[in-house]
Amino acid sequence: MDPDTDIGGPLHKFPVTNHSAIVGARSDDELVRRRAFDTILNSYWKPVYKYVRLKWQATNEDAKDLTQGFFANAFEKHHFASYDATKASFQTFLRTCLDGFVANERKAGQRLKRGGDKDHYQLDFAAAEAELAAHASASTLTPEDYFHREWVRWMFTLAVEAFRERCVESGRLVQFQLFERYDLDDTHVSYASLAQEFGLEATTVNNYLAAARRDFRRIVLEKLREITATDEEFHVEARSLLGVDVK
Amino acid sequence: MKWLSDDKLAHLLGVVGTKYAFVKELGRGGMGTVYLAEDRELDRLVAIKVLSAPEVTDDLRRRMIREAQIIARLEHPGIVPVHDAGTLPDGRIFYAMKYVRGSRLDEYTAQGASLNDRLRKFQAVCDAVAFAHAHGVIHRDLKPQNIMIGSFGEVLVMDWGVAKIREDPCQSAVYNTSDGTIIGTRDYMSPEQARGEIEIDERADIYSLGAVLKFLLNDQKVGKAAKAISAKAMASVPGDRYASTAELSADIGRLLDAESVSAYRENALEKTWRWTAKNRFLVLLVLAYLVMRIFLIFTSRR
Repeated sequence: MDPDTDIGGPLHKFPVTNHSAIVGARSDDELVRRRAFDTILNSYWKPVYKYVRLKWQATNEDAKDLTQGFFANAFEKHHFASYDATKASFQTFLRTCLDGFVANERKAGQRLKRGGDKDHYQLDFAAAEAELAAHASASTLTPEDYFHREWVRWMFTLAVEAFRERCVESGRLVQFQLFERYDLDDTHVSYASLAQEFGLEATTVNNYLAAARRDFRRIVLEKLREITATDEEFHVEARSLLGVDVK
Repeated sequence: MKWLSDDKLAHLLGVVGTKYAFVKELGRGGMGTVYLAEDRELDRLVAIKVLSAPEVTDDLRRRMIREAQIIARLEHPGIVPVHDAGTLPDGRIFYAMKYVRGSRLDEYTAQGASLNDRLRKFQAVCDAVAFAHAHGVIHRDLKPQNIMIGSFGEVLVMDWGVAKIREDPCQSAVYNTSDGTIIGTRDYMSPEQARGEIEIDERADIYSLGAVLKFLLNDQKVGKAAKAISAKAMASVPGDRYASTAELSADIGRLLDAESVSAYRENALEKTWRWTAKNRFLVLLVLAYLVMRIFLIFTSRR
């Protein structure tokens, strides 16, 4: 086994808390706080939107307003700064806050209007809606499990995108293309056929794929690191999600 | 951005993790954490017990491996089967076992199970434990929380983490999965276990089974025989308990069949009452016959 791809191997050291957006959300520095908030927003808006549509049976317009309103309200009132990692995971905390927010909005009958006095984020709701239409009807999960599943899916989607960008920036597009063909495409391909397709040796394909997977794994863990508050929470989430300990 | 299907997501999770997709935590024990997980290769749900990382010691590792081996050798419908065991790439020991959909025995009884149903389930527990005893394995932590009732009514004895192998054929010395400390659960623990005695035997499990039976009878209207079975199993002196789990199971069987149980000596009145209750249709038939005869005698004299 390639030692670098061996889970729990030597390349899994991560900085402790300096990459955590949850920690950043508590900062007194407005800029740091804004950046942290953007990370949280980017990591959660899509599962939030789908969850509101599914659990709260909101129309797409209402779900858009509620999603926008929830994040705007959370940023304005520093809700994410009050998260206590000893009580629950951040994901559970956020979902609980969301349920409370939607329930209050419904109770007060004060639906937030898009373009109102709240921040208006540029989010691709049309894509989320298209995914819902194509895939949500088959789901037999509870709303909570569905939220978790969609969060995992979204995190991996972001990780794939981040991986692609890094490969492009560093001139390693072939690695990404191999990864895309072998690990992301629906059609099954062999190393030999990839070697032929890309004009490479089979061993080179093997090495490139191993490196690509290693880098992709690192990015997934970075994403996870960003949205956990403490080392312990990070380890628990990594263990629960991936079945691995990240030392 | 490209949509990641469930299959692709499972594949990517496998790329960065293990073949098991962890669904949620089911519970935590002294040794490890049990997760509900999806075996992505076989496409089925399993329960995975993973040794808790922060407390890993060689002793814990040995115990965990031993637990998996103990369960694996106990092939019985009443004992949860082990599917897989090994070491995760990060070095933690794990084993995967059947995921039992259903309720714990305490939850099951809270749902309003009848007395007969409870006794039948208890008898199934006794049979599983008797099988383990026959293979030299003492559970040492029998309690309602460690007994699962599956969705088809099947009974499964779980959590063999502190089990003891009475005579390991591979070793001359007595081998324990956890020795030298008080193990078990206070309310269901035999006095000798509570004292931390090392040389305990099958009768410690019989005591715990008696405590489980007592729990099952707790909110039920039961006769003296049922209570006596529980009391005998829970005798403070091991020698006063049932000599084997099979004997305890047999007494439960007799109780279910309204026969005399070994744990309780009935007086003549109780014996008659029990016989009458058991044969009530026959008794009613005889009574009806007698009433008819008396009626005929009276009417023929007029």
